[in-house]
Amino acid sequence: MRFRARVEVQLRPGIADPEGATIERALPALGFDGVAHVRAGRSFSFEVDAPDEGAARTTATELADRLLANPVIEQSRLELEAI
Amino acid sequence: MAPRIGVVVFPGSNCEHDVVQAVEAVGAEGVLLWHGDAHLRGVDAVVLPGGFAHGDYLRPGALARFSPVMEAVNDFARSGGPVVGICNGFQVLTEAGLLPGALQKNGRLRFLCQPVRLVVTSTSSVLTCGAAVGDELVMPINHFSGNYTCDADTLHRLQTENRIVLRYADGENPNGSIDAIAGIANEAGNVVGLMPHPERASSTLLGSEDGLVLLRSLVSAAATSAAA
Repeated sequence: MRFRARVEVQLRPGIADPEGATIERALPALGFDGVAHVRAGRSFSFEVDAPDEGAARTTATELADRLLANPVIEQSRLELEAI
Repeated sequence: MAPRIGVVVFPGSNCEHDVVQAVEAVGAEGVLLWHGDAHLRGVDAVVLPGGFAHGDYLRPGALARFSPVMEAVNDFARSGGPVVGICNGFQVLTEAGLLPGALQKNGRLRFLCQPVRLVVTSTSSVLTCGAAVGDELVMPINHFSGNYTCDADTLHRLQTENRIVLRYADGENPNGSIDAIAGIANEAGNVVGLMPHPERASSTLLGSEDGLVLLRSLVSAAATSAAA
């Protein structure tokens, strides 16, 4: 089976995010009021061949933890769908 | 015989020749090591130089850690060999797990290229063993991700184990690093990472000779390592 994985990487809560803060500061000038807690991140997508969803999830999670995110400061979230 | 200091060349490194020239000026032999080779050619110390290894894609240092040479650097470091990461090299060492913590984007999201005042805060490392605590050094920084961070436990250990080797002087801390950290060492003191560039402060022609005390320390540690 083939699965499409989407991994979202963000800084952990509590880790300062200057990029998100800069975006947030720009919002009032553009007329966006009432928007708070902006956090910047990155998104990755890839396809995995695996016998079942559990195996695909294991591979994608390990890939995200070992390479895509730096666990010292970042966390990742995985979405998986069969294709 | 002059101690041999290996300087790793990753695709995108850009300070390797500066480091070779600077360590040769203080009595070592500089040896360029290609990142794709899985051995260190018998050198007595290793420097991971500044630059943009593997284009800094993903995160600075994230891909360099998988270069074949890094396994040899890892073994060398774990057996007590002197290893110093300068700027991008510091980022590689944290990604490789040879030093704790991480280097985030600078606090104000600016690329910084300027001389900074630093204070030596520990001499228990291969890079600061010839300096004195309290020495003030002026050296250039040149980075976008030099904002050192780590969790509270790690910070406590770095402080109590005397492993913060360089701090930005009072009123500096240009990148927002936790506890004004500019350089740290591992537990044994043989692995050091720092954001400032000692090789760019190795001659009056460059505006400062303050990096020489650090380079001399490294050369002396390499000589000790060679004799061991």
